[in-house]
Amino acid sequence: MSNAATFDTRTETAIPVESPLAYSYRRSGAPQAGGPSRLQLRERAMLGHLILRGGAIVLDEAVRDVLGLNLPGQPQTLVQDASGERSIQWLSPDEWLVIVPGGEEFPLETKLREQLGSAHFAISDVSGGQTLIELSGEAARELLMKTVVYDVHPSHFPVGKGVTTVFAKATTILRRPSEDRWELVIRRSFADYCYRWLLDAGAEFGINVQQ
Amino acid sequence: MFYIYCPYCGEHREEEEFHPKGQAHLERPKEPEACSDEEWGDYLFFRDNPRGVHHEMWVHAVGCRKFFNVTRHTVSYEILETYKMGEQPSITADSQSQAREGAAVSQQEGVRA
Repeated sequence: MSNAATFDTRTETAIPVESPLAYSYRRSGAPQAGGPSRLQLRERAMLGHLILRGGAIVLDEAVRDVLGLNLPGQPQTLVQDASGERSIQWLSPDEWLVIVPGGEEFPLETKLREQLGSAHFAISDVSGGQTLIELSGEAARELLMKTVVYDVHPSHFPVGKGVTTVFAKATTILRRPSEDRWELVIRRSFADYCYRWLLDAGAEFGINVQQ
Repeated sequence: MFYIYCPYCGEHREEEEFHPKGQAHLERPKEPEACSDEEWGDYLFFRDNPRGVHHEMWVHAVGCRKFFNVTRHTVSYEILETYKMGEQPSITADSQSQAREGAAVSQQEGVRA
């Protein structure tokens, strides 16, 4: 066991918790399409985000034992468990993003630390720093085409791919967990800006925000 | 716009994701104390400014955030190759001029034939 100081960021005390988009909902609202909508936006707030850093071989073994998932070794890949609730994404040759349901991140971090022992690695809980926005509907790709510099054509961006790229001048992690669903992992401090950008860009498709 | 191949991501990415970070392959003197002022000054402040092939360090700032090397032509802005840190370039000013001489020779031979 390493001697890194760890603590659970979710406390027992009754402190009101707000998602990074709470302010934006109050300020900009959550537009609902009157008729059929070609684009849905949904925030999946309060998930557990962990950044794993270290050698691929060492981490792969620990992650397979603890989470039951293989660490994606190929660049730009995203793996998920059967339910799609837990995922690991390649970010750089020695860095991975793990997203798990909210509340699971601290037990997971603890178990990984136990498993990894004195190996050379780092785990950071970044749950409070970023949020996940889900885009679905037939116009989701069209909206991304106006917004990201990366080529999102299905031949270049198949299901199971995830990249870090520029989204409306902000940094984002863009991933495609399934055929009709795209996920954006954005910084908390950019959440309002990105949300308003999405509303503006999605207006022509009749964007429908699900809260 | 450049379309730059990141050797760590294994694909071409938009220039917007990258930052140039100056001349590559600078080696810090093993024993700074043993350097003359001129040697140390050269290491710290003086950089090549070639007309032609130049080796530069770039960082994939929005992406994998790794540093890598780029061989770039400073006149045409053409990126000749990119390679990982710690590797040596396969295209240099010398190899380029040799290739040009070779091409010129074969052209002359072509004329003679």
